[in-house]
Amino acid sequence: MEHITTPKVENVKLLDRYANRKTANGTLYLTATHLIYVDASSEVRKETWILHHHIASVEKLPLTTAGCPLLIHCKNFHVAHFVIGQERDCHEVYTSLLKLSQPVKPEELYAFSYNPKMSKDNREIGWKLIDLKVDYQRMGIPNDYWEITDVNKDYEVCNTYPPEIVVPRAANKATVIGSSRFRSRGRIPVLSYLYKENNAAICRCSQPLSGFSARCLEDEQMLQAIREANPGCAFMYVVDTRPKLNAMANRAAGKGYENEDNYDNIRFKFIGIENIHVMRNSLQKLLEVCETKSPSMSDFLTGLENSGWLRHIKAVMDAGVFLAKAVKDENASVLVHCSDGWDRTAQVCSLASLLLDPFYRTFKGFMVLIEKEWIAMGHKFSHRCGHLDGDPKEVSPVFTQFIECVWQLMQQFPCAFEFNERFLLEIHDHVYSCQFGNFLGTCHKEREDLKIFEKTHSLWPFLLQKKQELRNPLYKGFTAYKELQPNTLPFSFQFWCGMYNRFDKGMHPKQCVLDHLLSCMSQKMKLEDNASELENKLPFLDGPLPSEACSLSKVGSAASKTPLLNTPQDYEGEAPPVLTNGISVGNIDVMADVDQKNKENLSNHQDLPDLNATNVLDSEAKEGEPQCH
Amino acid sequence: MEFSELIKTATVESVLLAGTGLPAVRGTLCITSHHLLLSSCPGGDGQPGTVELWLLIRNVDAVEKRLAGSSGTITLRCKDLKVLQLEIPGMEECLNIASSIEALSSVDSVMMMYPFFYRPQDLRLEEGWHLFPLEQYFQKIAAQTNQWRLSDLNRDFTTCPTYPAGVIVPAAVSDDTLRRAARFRQGGRFPVLSYYHPRNGTVMLRSSQPLTGPNRKRCPEDEVLLGTVLDEGERGFIIDTRSAQAAKQARMTGGGTEPKSSYPQWKRLHRPLERGRPLQESFIKLVEACNDASLSMDRWLSRLESCRWLSHVKAALSTACLAAQCLDREEASVLVHGAEGTDTTLLVTALAQVILDPGCRTMVGFQGLLEREWIEAGHPFHLRCARSAYSHARLKQEAPLFLLFLDCVWQLSRQFPFSLEFGESLLLALFDNAYASDYGTFLCNNEKERCLCKVKENTHSLWAWLNQPEEKKKYLNPLYSHNPLVIWPSVEPQSIQLWQGLFFRWIRPSQYLEEARAEMQRLVEAKEAPAKESAGSRLSRSLSDPAARTENER
Repeated sequence: MEHITTPKVENVKLLDRYANRKTANGTLYLTATHLIYVDASSEVRKETWILHHHIASVEKLPLTTAGCPLLIHCKNFHVAHFVIGQERDCHEVYTSLLKLSQPVKPEELYAFSYNPKMSKDNREIGWKLIDLKVDYQRMGIPNDYWEITDVNKDYEVCNTYPPEIVVPRAANKATVIGSSRFRSRGRIPVLSYLYKENNAAICRCSQPLSGFSARCLEDEQMLQAIREANPGCAFMYVVDTRPKLNAMANRAAGKGYENEDNYDNIRFKFIGIENIHVMRNSLQKLLEVCETKSPSMSDFLTGLENSGWLRHIKAVMDAGVFLAKAVKDENASVLVHCSDGWDRTAQVCSLASLLLDPFYRTFKGFMVLIEKEWIAMGHKFSHRCGHLDGDPKEVSPVFTQFIECVWQLMQQFPCAFEFNERFLLEIHDHVYSCQFGNFLGTCHKEREDLKIFEKTHSLWPFLLQKKQELRNPLYKGFTAYKELQPNTLPFSFQFWCGMYNRFDKGMHPKQCVLDHLLSCMSQKMKLEDNASELENKLPFLDGPLPSEACSLSKVGSAASKTPLLNTPQDYEGEAPPVLTNGISVGNIDVMADVDQKNKENLSNHQDLPDLNATNVLDSEAKEGEPQCH
Repeated sequence: MEFSELIKTATVESVLLAGTGLPAVRGTLCITSHHLLLSSCPGGDGQPGTVELWLLIRNVDAVEKRLAGSSGTITLRCKDLKVLQLEIPGMEECLNIASSIEALSSVDSVMMMYPFFYRPQDLRLEEGWHLFPLEQYFQKIAAQTNQWRLSDLNRDFTTCPTYPAGVIVPAAVSDDTLRRAARFRQGGRFPVLSYYHPRNGTVMLRSSQPLTGPNRKRCPEDEVLLGTVLDEGERGFIIDTRSAQAAKQARMTGGGTEPKSSYPQWKRLHRPLERGRPLQESFIKLVEACNDASLSMDRWLSRLESCRWLSHVKAALSTACLAAQCLDREEASVLVHGAEGTDTTLLVTALAQVILDPGCRTMVGFQGLLEREWIEAGHPFHLRCARSAYSHARLKQEAPLFLLFLDCVWQLSRQFPFSLEFGESLLLALFDNAYASDYGTFLCNNEKERCLCKVKENTHSLWAWLNQPEEKKKYLNPLYSHNPLVIWPSVEPQSIQLWQGLFFRWIRPSQYLEEARAEMQRLVEAKEAPAKESAGSRLSRSLSDPAARTENER
């Protein structure tokens, strides 16, 4: 690789954020796709893998006596603090990483070189796993009021929409085309979700080009058609998810929002969700709080408040709840937009669907939801996630906020989701990893141009392979809950330590309930398989306990009782260290465990390697040294 | 005093009861000496109504009345943080009911309290009172070392009125020396053994502050007592739960702390922990914020921060960890004290034991710990828990030290979900009973008072009730598995959460969380059941429950 000048640096330290006592010493490798750090100082082999695409920033800090510090911030909120002995080595690693982490051309993205052992047919089948038409059918579309139209097949109506969109039957081609000229970037009102029980629909679009007084007959007809597609309700909501002030400012630029006088029977409403720039700054502040070394409780809570992060999360959730209530309780259809209708609109529509329909809370359904509301409808993943070297002002954690809203719902409804927190984290990782084609580019047309479907793999089959570890053991099934009505009082929103301090293992509960319940579950299933087997043998068996069942349960109890090793942290606070801290008797690092697990996964799924797996890993494991490209 | 004098109106018909999150019911309200009852009126005459409310009046923390026309509304704010509303027809009735509840709930005489009248059928009076004799605890230590002895010098509570009759002290120190040392400690609380760490034989002691005073008085017996604990060349740590400044200031009022010159082997560490009025105010402010549904996210976070409750949780956990670290990692003995040695001192010593000792993390072990380190050790429950977070009464000596302890234990249970045999429900029950109870366990301020009031003879023990098999089941943690190790918690702010199960118990919807708990229990039991049962019954069970199987196959 042309960017890698120094593929291997020895005597590199990896600092532990919390204390200086656990400084690791080892070797740093640069491969085509990853930065790999191998800790040589601990007895258990410990590796840290950082995907180049995950790197958000690389900083060289002022030289210290220990060497030259290199601070790496990742998009999945991993922070790695290396200290490299030689200034020259540090500089080379630094310049390499700058280039590796900011590819200029799309072809440089990992997905185009990622080559798991998978047949061409399977790759293609993978892309067909999610079919949005099936989801519309599930909603009962096409029906008397709604149709799937290919009016956009050549991207003539809107180049950021997919070729097939769902519009009211009553809206003819002229209406659609006319309306598209009156909507920012041609993003006309289309159906997002139809609530079958009462025909109320959630539709989405971009802002109208209304300026101070402009009107468009076709656009008015379009809204009327949407309203009339729901005969059970005389009015419809038009929800502008922006703060009123922002929307008003847009009028000066010839954009703006719907005038209630021009559209029949609409109820117009602003929901003040802030724009991408406010959200980016908010996350930045939140991360600063998360990274503060040993903050006091007050520092942390004040920082959390000042970041505004949870306020924004609550605003998105409130909007989703408003939509769901309008549809379910008021039988009203809702048309949602923001400015371009691809950020806030995507958040709010997908959240409302999730609240209304238990299907979207299953593995398959959640994938469909992301494909439908985010990928197909043109959320600009490439820009928002900074996949390529580009305008940093376009980067914003819009999708992260959606994922967090789902997590907040999981806290309130622990039995309502088929998947667990790790599923959300996996998806979040891969939105940034560029390992799979799903999130590349900004819209369907661009993905076609990039030949994503021919050249890359889809994430979803890969995740379904890992279903066992990503499932929620407490899930009560599809029919247990219908609509969710979350509490949105401020106290119901918690700081998500598992996301923003995910790599600070010391902060997390020291015993993992999820793992335990997953193992209970898999054992139960094994036992039941055994039981049915025994049932067949039962007539011939009398008395003694079958040995297989016996040994199984023993294994289980032994596993769950594995004693936990844990060392005290620095409880001294700011006082001078009176005590020498943390004698690490049998101190096994948690990260080592994780890596071990990753390796196990790898051997289980040879055909679908883990995120960490590149072809270097095999040889690396044998020889103890990765080979660099 | 007769209760009947305090009850101005005993019954009112057609009272509407509303609580947060409950459907309102109408019924007949009755006031008895200790309870407030509301039974709803069924259709037919003469039919007994269902009891909708059975509230111990002692549980009422504040009574607010509002009159409107001919009727009135009484808001009852309870010590367990529940809020109830009664809509009472008739202005006079309303006023009478309100003042009756106020009067009955402020009866301060211990022997008039409900535990002295409560006589459940399935419990015997003496049951549960002698479950955890200090003798037994001492025997465990004696089996490992002969350096300690059980002294009964305080059998008539003269040496120290707030200590129990028996205390564990260094074998080499005579009762006479102890009596002299006691005179040098506030309230006579001389250093006694709180915990023996079997792994390395170090000990945790607790006491009150030494009475050094402005003239830097010394007491040779006290120095001997502490000197005996350490071998030559050994070092010990004194954890003072006040700031260095506060400890110094205490000298002006006759208190103080151990100067290095007189106790050369002991190293002093100051870890200020909040107590008294500021802690009570923190509790009040937190509960106020929790009950204010109009707060924006920013206001909520700001009030959560400014009430400082979570800071107190973090400080208490950190200090307990420090004590535990001294014992387990530094292999050094520790003496813990603040001023009186009955509040933050006990918070630290009790919490450190939960962290260090797996024995304290079982259902029975935890009860033993509470008995030894809170009740017998003389935490003044009667004073500290007289009022809870809603009371408008002028604060006297109320402070939620015990609640802070329970909160810290909850934090441990969250970070180590398999390591405590009991669950959140036990901690909630303990909080409720500490503030208002049918049982005598948390009555009075110390053993001396309990003797005088004959609490152990005339009331039932909470432990007897909790330990009945059917009752006990409700408090067990289904995920428990013995963990022999020290549990070192994280005290980073990100790791400490507001205890919603307590502070939002009556506010947040609990249905979905209850379902999750039931589901968890079902999963864990399904796993364990086969190992315990015979193959036959297991087979028939899994076969006869097709529903359970389809659930799994999904």
